[in-house]
Amino acid sequence: MILEIMIEPGLYHLLFISTALFFIGVYGFFTRRNLVTMLMSVELILNSVNLNFIAFNKYLWYDKMDGLFFTIFIIAIAAAEAAVAIAIIINLYRSHKSIDVENAEEMKY
Amino acid sequence: MSGSTIIFYLLAAITLVSAVLAVTTRMIFRAAIYLLFTLIGIAGIYFWLQYEFIAAVQIVVYVGGIVVLIIFSIFLTQQAGDLLPKPTIGRQLFSALAAFCGLALVMLQLVQHSFTPTNNKAIEPTVANIGNQMLGVDDNGYALPFELVSILLLAALIGCIVIALKSKPSEIINNEQGTRNFE
Repeated sequence: MILEIMIEPGLYHLLFISTALFFIGVYGFFTRRNLVTMLMSVELILNSVNLNFIAFNKYLWYDKMDGLFFTIFIIAIAAAEAAVAIAIIINLYRSHKSIDVENAEEMKY
Repeated sequence: MSGSTIIFYLLAAITLVSAVLAVTTRMIFRAAIYLLFTLIGIAGIYFWLQYEFIAAVQIVVYVGGIVVLIIFSIFLTQQAGDLLPKPTIGRQLFSALAAFCGLALVMLQLVQHSFTPTNNKAIEPTVANIGNQMLGVDDNGYALPFELVSILLLAALIGCIVIALKSKPSEIINNEQGTRNFE
């Protein structure tokens, strides 16, 4: 009986998926040194946040749609962010012939 | 175990496994394809939760837009057949430890906390309801954030054009002289 309740997908399962996805993104962000793959990790993190908003909206505050609107706005902002980031990455490649973060160190000064 | 449960676990497995592969594979093009499967898995979970509009937006914007953009940038910046450099063992260990500790901490907090849902009547997230609230100017209306996001998108558009502008040859020479004088 208890096993059946644990197997039945609910809020906690969605929150587990979202947490795991977030920390997979964090791991990728720490280990990768290529700007495009770091951008992919950021997209994973943003998606986990979206999933979190939707899960809370579905299971706890189903009388409102606020989580849904936050998700829509986050998707729009993520699209803008990806476009600008890729423009910068391609410009960096044109001047440095590489998109490794180690080679872009001089941008600090 | 019902069919719906099985589908949920299948979607969760697709999402998590391809996410792990996307951050660990050393072939950058495969990383982009694994990211594509992750995003499709998340769209599937939205469908499973019966948030069809969000699922459609996810597929159109992420799968159709951002992943295609990422694949194009890979084509423009990467030599074919190049493997990504392997991260050092120390960095791998540290990152895995940090990610695992964070996951353990959050999951510990989660299982100890019990959530209480509201007792109010549920609203169906239909497209008509979403549209009415999105452009509503009363309390709970989202007209102002909507306008704000449209300005943000315009700013991003202009920013991209400015970044991608090719400077004229004479300007480049001037800039070089400028840096030389500066040095």
